[in-house]
Amino acid sequence: MIYWYAVLEVAVAVAAGTLCLVLGLFGSKPGDLSMGAVALVEVLLLGQLGIAIVAPLVGNSPTGNIVEFYIYLIVALLLPLLAGFWALVERDRWSTVVLGVACLAIAVMVVRMNIIWTVQIA
Amino acid sequence: MSSAPRSPEIAPAQPAGRRSLGVGRVLIIVYAILAIGATSRAIYQIAAFWSRYPAARLPITLSALSGVIYILATVALLARGRAWYRVAWITISFELVGVLVIGTLSLVLPSIFAGPASVPDVAHGTVWSSYGVGYLFIPLVLPVLGMLWLRSRRAVVAEG
Repeated sequence: MIYWYAVLEVAVAVAAGTLCLVLGLFGSKPGDLSMGAVALVEVLLLGQLGIAIVAPLVGNSPTGNIVEFYIYLIVALLLPLLAGFWALVERDRWSTVVLGVACLAIAVMVVRMNIIWTVQIA
Repeated sequence: MSSAPRSPEIAPAQPAGRRSLGVGRVLIIVYAILAIGATSRAIYQIAAFWSRYPAARLPITLSALSGVIYILATVALLARGRAWYRVAWITISFELVGVLVIGTLSLVLPSIFAGPASVPDVAHGTVWSSYGVGYLFIPLVLPVLGMLWLRSRRAVVAEG
C-alpha cells in the first residue's frame, strides 16, 4: 500500500461522507453532487485495488494477512455500488444519508486495510 | 424540478409494508455493513485459525454467531410482515444482550475471549468485546436505535 494514497482515500471518503450526510439531513435527494462524491470514492478504491495487485510485485509486500486485506477491499468496493443502487431505486433524502454512511464506513475500512498492510502488533 | 402530482388513487392502495422505509434505511445500511463485516471476518478467522489455535475457538464462534445475528436482523428489518417483525425484535434483543454480557465478561474475565497474542486478528476478540469499542461502539448503540425504530413501526405492522 502507498501511504499518501491511503491518506488521500481516507480524506476523500470522510469529506464525501460528511457532504452526503449534511446534504441528506438538509433534505436533498441523491443528485449529481452526492453521487459524484461517492463515485470518486469508488474510483479511488479501484486505484487501491490496482496498487494492491502491483505493489507486492515491486517489493512492497503486505506485512499482515493478504486474505484479510482483500476481504476489506472487496467489501469496500461493493459498498458504493450497494448504496448507489439503493439511492437510484428510492430517491429521497435518506438515500443521501445512506450514501454518507457508506463513505464513512469505507474510510474506517481503508484505515484498517492500511494497518493490515503495514503495522503488525505481534 | 417540481415533484409530480401524486395520484390519490395509487398511494393508499399500497400495502402498509411497502411504504418507504425512510430513516429506517439508514439503520438497515449500518446493519448490512456490520453483517458483512462480522461475517466475512468470522469466515476468515475460521479458515485461518480454527484448527491451528483451539484456544481461540470461543471468540471465533462468537464472531460467527454475531455475524449470523446481524444478517438475520438486516433481513428482518428489510422484509415485510408480522413474522419478520418478530424476528427483528428477537435478533435485535439478542444483540443488546450479547454486547452487554460479552462486553462485561470481556472486561471482567479477559482471558476467555482473547485468542493467542501471536494472532492479532483473533486477539482482539469478538465484535462485542469491550462493548464493541473496536467497532466505534456501534454494536452497543445500534440495538437501541433498532428497538426505537421497531417500536415506531409497530402501528404500521399491526395494520398491514
